[in-house]
Amino acid sequence: MKAPSFSYARPGSLSGVFELLERHGDRARVLAGGQSLLASLNLRLSAPELLVDIACVPGLTGITVAGDKVRIGALTTHRQIERSPEVARHLPLLAQAVRNVACAAIRNVGTFGGSIALADPAAEYPACAVALDATFVLAGRAAERRVRAREFFRGLYETALRPGELLIAGEFPVSGDGYRSVFLELARRRGDYAMVGIAAHARTAGGRISDARLAFLAVSGTPVLAVRAAAALEGRPPDARTVAAAQAALGDELEAPADLYASRATKLHLARVLLGRALGALAR
Amino acid sequence: MNARAELPLHAPGATTDKGYIGQSVPRPNARRLLQGRGAYVDDLRFARLAHVVFFRSPYAHARLKRLDLSKAARQPGVIAAFDGRAVAEYCKPWVGVLGHLKGIKSPPQFAIAIERACCQGEAVAAVVAETRAQGEDALQHVEADWEELPVVTDMEEALAGKVVIHADLGDNVCFTRGLDTGGVDEAFAKADVIVEETYEFGRHTGVTLEGRSILADYNAAEHTLTVYHSTQAPHMMQDVFSRHLGIPEANVRVICKDVGGSFGIKVHVYPDEMATAAISVMLRRPVKFIADRLESFLTDIHAREHKARVRIACTREGEILAFDLWDLTAIGPYSVYPRTSGIEGNQVVNLTGGPYKHQQYRAQMNVVFTNKNVTCQYRAVGHPIAVALTEGIVDLAAEKLGIDPAEFRRKNLIPDSAYPYTFPSGIKFEKLSHHQSLDRLLELMSYKELREEQRALRDKSIYRGIGLAAMIEVTNPSPAFYGVGGARISAQDGATLRLEPTGMVTCIASVTEQGQGTEGAMAQIAASAVGVALDKVRVITGDTGVTPYGGGTWASRGAGIGGEAVLQAGRALRSNILEVAAHILHADRAELDIVGGEVVNRLTLESRLPLVELGRVAYFRPDTLPLKFQSELTVTRHYTPREYGFTFTNGIQACLVEVDVETGFVKLLKHWCVEDCGTIINPMLVDEQIRGGVVQGIGAALYEECLYSAEGQLLNGSLADYLVPMSAEMPDIIVAHIETPPRQSDLGAKGAGEAGTAGAPGAVMNAINDALRPFKARVAAQPFTPQRVLQALGKV
Ligand SMILES: Cc1cc2nc3c(=O)[nH]c(=O)nc-3n(C[C@H](O)[C@H](O)[C@H](O)COP(=O)(O)OP(=O)(O)OC[C@H]3O[C@@H](n4cnc5c(N)ncnc54)[C@H](O)[C@@H]3O)c2cc1C
Repeated sequence: MKAPSFSYARPGSLSGVFELLERHGDRARVLAGGQSLLASLNLRLSAPELLVDIACVPGLTGITVAGDKVRIGALTTHRQIERSPEVARHLPLLAQAVRNVACAAIRNVGTFGGSIALADPAAEYPACAVALDATFVLAGRAAERRVRAREFFRGLYETALRPGELLIAGEFPVSGDGYRSVFLELARRRGDYAMVGIAAHARTAGGRISDARLAFLAVSGTPVLAVRAAAALEGRPPDARTVAAAQAALGDELEAPADLYASRATKLHLARVLLGRALGALAR
Repeated sequence: MNARAELPLHAPGATTDKGYIGQSVPRPNARRLLQGRGAYVDDLRFARLAHVVFFRSPYAHARLKRLDLSKAARQPGVIAAFDGRAVAEYCKPWVGVLGHLKGIKSPPQFAIAIERACCQGEAVAAVVAETRAQGEDALQHVEADWEELPVVTDMEEALAGKVVIHADLGDNVCFTRGLDTGGVDEAFAKADVIVEETYEFGRHTGVTLEGRSILADYNAAEHTLTVYHSTQAPHMMQDVFSRHLGIPEANVRVICKDVGGSFGIKVHVYPDEMATAAISVMLRRPVKFIADRLESFLTDIHAREHKARVRIACTREGEILAFDLWDLTAIGPYSVYPRTSGIEGNQVVNLTGGPYKHQQYRAQMNVVFTNKNVTCQYRAVGHPIAVALTEGIVDLAAEKLGIDPAEFRRKNLIPDSAYPYTFPSGIKFEKLSHHQSLDRLLELMSYKELREEQRALRDKSIYRGIGLAAMIEVTNPSPAFYGVGGARISAQDGATLRLEPTGMVTCIASVTEQGQGTEGAMAQIAASAVGVALDKVRVITGDTGVTPYGGGTWASRGAGIGGEAVLQAGRALRSNILEVAAHILHADRAELDIVGGEVVNRLTLESRLPLVELGRVAYFRPDTLPLKFQSELTVTRHYTPREYGFTFTNGIQACLVEVDVETGFVKLLKHWCVEDCGTIINPMLVDEQIRGGVVQGIGAALYEECLYSAEGQLLNGSLADYLVPMSAEMPDIIVAHIETPPRQSDLGAKGAGEAGTAGAPGAVMNAINDALRPFKARVAAQPFTPQRVLQALGKV
């Protein structure tokens, strides 16, 4: 199929973007790396009249560490995240996760902001952002605001972004002392969206697990923070009984809707296996 | 050395050099394709080119109550819009049946369906526009009212026939075949051990890099139709276009530029392609249709949807006494033209149990209609089914008897000394090498050591499995495949070789190239047969206006049939060249030979006359030759296999997997294939054919399935959802060969293109089941998804 015809603009400033978004309303779409948007146009799943390419807006790319925060600009590509020493040092969860995003060709162009704004339920970054309690910087024509990742993902492909708003950056707290991260996912083929995945971050001091943030991907319309499973772990060594209790708790918190290749039962089973493995890796 | 290209290549005790035969020389077209200078149909530029897009049924079965194309026809850029009736005026419908498949039936199929759509994606209207995008825009303005009709998607329901798809046909049975050698019940009665299993095979398709593509250019002034077509069989299509569009065959020319993969997908008659040609006639201008990926998934032939129950009877000592097979397969609403959709099931009956020496065999096979996309011949037709169920049940018997699976096969494989041999299904083997292949495989994979390692790892809760799959394979078909049934599909192929004045050799062959390297292999044969360097040969294929008549490339016939024609033409040309040389040199012909593009003294190898000089004399100064002599430096030869209906090949594959018993994920660790394709023309090409074939077989075993809802809606019509095997998951594939050339041809080449696909799924299945053995768990339904493995393990 061919995309329906559309107009294209590449403003050189944020205000230029906002102006176009305001003028064209929901007939305009922001274009970042295009790795998801162009596919949906070519399948005629959406037909915006105008694509507003943000590639030339200054200040949207790059990874900076300031104090106890790592800021990742919306236009930062997956590849830049993958190669960033800052991310490797301060956000080991994201560093592990990014290797699972698509294949190299797509990682070269796809962006952090595109992935967050698209909010695919099987995407890696949203779950990491939820686990790490990141904050997103959103800007509109009038104002800038900050929304916690845990409140940003509202439903299937639904976010807190308002019409006319742009995702500017994500701010991640640096990984604290005594904390460890494990990212695991199961995908049929390397680079595929996950069948199930877990972004796990916890304190592991003294062989005990505490403050565990276990965010699952591909088990619901949004990333799911498994709080009951975390509660079952709090302050305990991850021995067989504790792990089993945490795994059992998942049954209540993960919706795990069936997909083309796996039933709810299979997805839940796999989520439990991944939780077990993640805890094993955290304790190691 | 002096007899460098002296053939036959496999003469017993021959000490002759085979020239380029057997050498891994690079294929001449690789550089062009890699530099992006290929010319596929979509690369061609034509003045006044129109693009056709199709309005396709959203329903699996529905009556078209009202179709209004008037709004669509008024959209920007739209040239015309047609319904099925309009196109039927120019293109006669067809019926996909063949005489030798007794009782096969199918309804007439139109280029564009009239009144009723019988599967999702069946086209009911065509919109022609200046650009594809404008055509797609206009499609949104086609108005259609549908009345949904009852849908049959389940094979067994189709067989039961409560709802009949084509009332005129009486039931949903397209074709049925029974076979009984007699004595089967007696064999089962006296058996010590009987094993039975039901195997299921997911419907999948062959995903070609280049989608189906056609550009038809009707010239009203000459009443000629030139079709640029991504097809495997240009002459077959020439005949089809001619008969169905009512244009004299001599006025139809089919040209294959580069073809980006086919795998059997591009050897069938597709309604949308016929409609494109018809519309070119209707509009008297060039019209193009390129299937996009969604259209490919919806309408490229699917294959392999089977459910098969198989039983075997064995003695305590492990001798197989009898096979008993019941097979059911669903083919969609039409039997595909002109090869029919009965062949795959027919092959399953022919081939099941094929490597083994039992004498009793019974089979019952039903082919039924359903409201899904059509199925037809895809790489290795029927073989992956027959091999998987044969090898699966053989493994099960070995397990029950407590015999090592390799040993069990050794006991039962037809001995290498038993040929010629007729298998109980009636197929004849000239000469196979099962035991040699098995021995080679076990040595290649270090079978014993692998078994030991497997045992040791099990103690560490690592579950590896080793699976074997022996196979036989149909290649080089004679007219017995299609011709005897009335299909106008050439079983013969031809080659023309011409010595150019410059000493170059032009080879024009009727077999075709779709990326597998056919042209490279033909160049090697031609260079060897004539006695010139490889870079002195140019190969032309794929143009009915230019090449000899022939079948094209399918059923692993390119090298064996097309190659033999090239060989014979090359020998004849060599002989004719020597005749000219004898006159020029006033020498005795018998003293001369051709080596490296020069006429030489046969004994001393002394150079006597470069071919470039011979060419100059023959073409520009024939006045210097004897008065009565005419040189004949263009030669055509043809070849059809006659003695045997098919040239069977054999081989055996092995797969090593590790199953994660918690997640059900299967990791492929290594794969081996030993096969016997007779004379190997280019080991690199053969090995890559085997590897590519294995990968497609692995796709069937682990990943690929066209998933339909109960309502007949395709659920995974994109490359994101339909999982093709990707390189990261593929194991190293080790390939080795046994060479048993058939005596029928001088070249001695059998086919190799389908062997990998034929055997891989069975080997993968057996490996998984071997890994699961400690859990008494087993999978039998392809593809073996993590979920199916977990279900077998009782975990979900
Ligand atoms: C074959 C394939 C496999 C993939 N596998 C994975 C995978 O495993 N994991 C994964 O996470 N992703 C995967 N992706 C998606 C890929 O990561 C995309 O790059 C990403 O989802 C979108 O980023 P983009 O920059 O390409 O955004 P675009 O495609 O340009 O845009 C996506 C959406 O986000 C909006 N948008 C983009 N940037 C902004 C912004 N700054 N503010 C507001 N809205 C914005 C756009 O309007 C659009 O709606 C895959 C893609 C493909 C094609």
